[in-house]
Amino acid sequence: MNSKLKVSRFDPETMGSGQRRWDEFEMDLHPSATVLDALIQIREEVDGTLALRCACRASICGSCGMRVNGEAKLVCKTRIADVAEEGATIVIEPMGNHGIIKDLVVSLDPFFDKVRQVDPYLQPDAEPEQGEFVVNNDSMENLLTAMNCIMCGACVSDCTVLEVDEAFIGPAALAKAWRFVEDPRDDQRDERLKELNEVEGGIWDCTRCFKCVEVCPKDVAPMDRIMEMRDMAIEAGNRNTSGYRHTESFSKSVKKHGRLDEARLAVESAGYTNIPRLIDLAEIGVKSVLKGKMPPIVPHKADENEKITRIFERVESERNT
Amino acid sequence: MYKHDVLIIGAGLAGLRAAVEATRLGLDVAVISKVHPVRSHSNAAQGGINAPLTDRGDDWEGHALDTIKGSDYLADQDAVEIMSSEAGDAVIELERMGVIFSRGEDGRLGTRRFGGQLVARTFFVGAITGSAILHVLYEQALKHGLNVYEEWFVTDLIIEDGRCVGVVALDIKTGTLHSIWAKTVIMAAGGAGRVFEPSTNAIICTGDGLALAWRAGVPMMDMEMVQYHPTTLARTGILLSEAARGEGAYLLNSEGDRFMLKYAPQYEELASRDVVSRSEQTEINEGRGIDGNVLLDLRHLGREFIEDRLGYLQEVAVEFLGIDLAEQPVPVRPGVHYIMGGIKTDVDGATVVPGLYAAGECANVSVHGANRLGANSLLDTVVFGRRSAVHAAEYIKSVDAGSGSDEHLNATKARIQSLMDREPNENWAAVRNYMANEMTKGIGVFRDQASMEGAKEAIRNVNERMPKIAIQNKGKVFNTDLIFTLEMEFMADVGNAIVHSALTRKESRGAHFRTDITERDDENWLKHTLAYHDPDNEDGVRVETSPVTITKWEPVKRVY
Repeated sequence: MNSKLKVSRFDPETMGSGQRRWDEFEMDLHPSATVLDALIQIREEVDGTLALRCACRASICGSCGMRVNGEAKLVCKTRIADVAEEGATIVIEPMGNHGIIKDLVVSLDPFFDKVRQVDPYLQPDAEPEQGEFVVNNDSMENLLTAMNCIMCGACVSDCTVLEVDEAFIGPAALAKAWRFVEDPRDDQRDERLKELNEVEGGIWDCTRCFKCVEVCPKDVAPMDRIMEMRDMAIEAGNRNTSGYRHTESFSKSVKKHGRLDEARLAVESAGYTNIPRLIDLAEIGVKSVLKGKMPPIVPHKADENEKITRIFERVESERNT
Repeated sequence: MYKHDVLIIGAGLAGLRAAVEATRLGLDVAVISKVHPVRSHSNAAQGGINAPLTDRGDDWEGHALDTIKGSDYLADQDAVEIMSSEAGDAVIELERMGVIFSRGEDGRLGTRRFGGQLVARTFFVGAITGSAILHVLYEQALKHGLNVYEEWFVTDLIIEDGRCVGVVALDIKTGTLHSIWAKTVIMAAGGAGRVFEPSTNAIICTGDGLALAWRAGVPMMDMEMVQYHPTTLARTGILLSEAARGEGAYLLNSEGDRFMLKYAPQYEELASRDVVSRSEQTEINEGRGIDGNVLLDLRHLGREFIEDRLGYLQEVAVEFLGIDLAEQPVPVRPGVHYIMGGIKTDVDGATVVPGLYAAGECANVSVHGANRLGANSLLDTVVFGRRSAVHAAEYIKSVDAGSGSDEHLNATKARIQSLMDREPNENWAAVRNYMANEMTKGIGVFRDQASMEGAKEAIRNVNERMPKIAIQNKGKVFNTDLIFTLEMEFMADVGNAIVHSALTRKESRGAHFRTDITERDDENWLKHTLAYHDPDNEDGVRVETSPVTITKWEPVKRVY
């Protein structure tokens, strides 16, 4: 099979930070060859200076996260035939949201710093007197979702929040946190939730863009884990956050009017006693008025909005039973 | 200057388990690894970890006997007794650290069956047991604030007055060489599957630890014992876990027959690995294979069961072959998987070089003898990883640190500079691929004098070409060209030890099956082979033998 690869190159010893060069390689590959097979062939036969990480070749070590045609993937399990038509060019770049060390090799130090931030180890109050912890098998199988995470960094690479907010703990570390929150053997559940709820870059900073769910090569679905932790945090009584107030205001508005009351949402998310934030909002409000972007103070109602109210009531009553 | 009480080379299960223990003992511990700890090859262990849990009716002696029988009586029985009797505590401890082992209805640890054993005593996490344990040990390392030299490559051991007192290592990210001094060094650098092609092993499994210790004077023991796993994918060598057969999968030949019923009437598909691999190869050689493969059939297990208990296998089959295990059998063949041989240690991990310990796949205690049972490798890593740390902690009480001299560092700097300065000529990859293919041909599932001689010639050819290998990459940062060349030197040493050990053993035992001498010969060969680095000898190797320790299980004919 004829394949063309366009590979992003960066050499810190000869190029300035932010610079890159594109190298193109044309090669003949086995029909079931992976992108990793191609890169290894380049490294072994064409250009020994090409830097990349790889180890297991079987999607379990997490070394070979890269961007293929703009999306983060484990290149060992990405078959050439699945990402390009015969003869089409495949674009290989290092992962995003990570600093580049050389060519396709990125620094994962910030990634693992964030993993450290969630106290990623079991914290039981006491160990069993003898033998193992006795827990339900379903509770262990539940954790498999997150234990499948191999820390490849693909979710972090394509996370749209991290692109603009370096403080966000991020999908991988939050999925790791979920793994302990959900572990019946761990006795720090409430403390963990409280921390994740309040800390800068915590569970409320995800914008639900689904990118991490899409790119995760191991079906960890980090965003789903984050959403579950939001519910758990609220249930555990963590309500004094703009995140919680935002969800409350959002659903209250939709239930009542069938539409989002944007002006009220902003104020209620901030909280009526949060004076500094309200002053900020007032400023934004003035600017919005001047630009003709101010949402209506009295919200429009959707047609037959009482039907929406009834949907809400039904969901709430089902949830309560 | 970098200085520690204990320096552990390798951050897989053996290395991290040793590190956690040494840290608990209050020592200044560091781990050095050429990859980030969670990239280590322990990840690839899929099926589980064996442990006879005595509180639920199993007995450790049963496991010990299965292990010894599996080893074709080449394992040292005192070492096996230790492994089997400490296994229960080792697995319970992993569970308490947070490993999410599968449970039974009663909420207690559940088991599956594995090869060479009639008792189900293999504890598991789906088909990602190694990965699940590795990540938990890494969690423990983070909890204890373990010092890790990440992506540092060890080029040399520092030996002073016959003692190992540290290493010289290359920081891969910067390309600079450093000395790291330690009162004791624990080698936990993993296996050497890349000496062969194809292999289930990761690209990083290049026998570094074996060669480093060998050069320092430690013999490699039973290196002819190379395990071919019965179920690997043809082109890439990627592994499909024994857990498939443990959960009931069949092996079929081209006629649709479960041929293992013929070769191993009692254990069927779950005979020991050497036996199953030989049976497969026999079927293939006699014309009942399919393009050099047999078939692994899981269809009767049902989709839900496959996805729940063997999810990772399904992922591999679908992603790499486009085969849905619930719908179609998958072609598999024997492939190089594990090396039973390794750095000779005692039951505390100590080698003949004071201050140098070894544990895990690079070590040979020996508990696997001529054939390792599936799910005994993880057990080996945690039991002997821990023991080596405990013993090393005792050892350092009576020793001082090394000299701190720059002599070793400077020698390595000069050696690497001369490598970098070579004129363009040979390429490491061409030499590696040649050697690995020749090793697979010569040291196969079946071997004979001629095939092994062929491998020996290939290694000689490699050693002639080695000084001509030139490094295309002249940079310092992440110069993998240089790393792979240094790894190539390690692999050539390991290959050399393998062929000479194999030629020495004039019998068939376990994984070492000679078509020209097909019987086991307990009278003459109930012995270990010991390959020493000896520059004065032909090919730089001297092979000696030593007796096998028998405690209470006299060798008998091995039938499955």
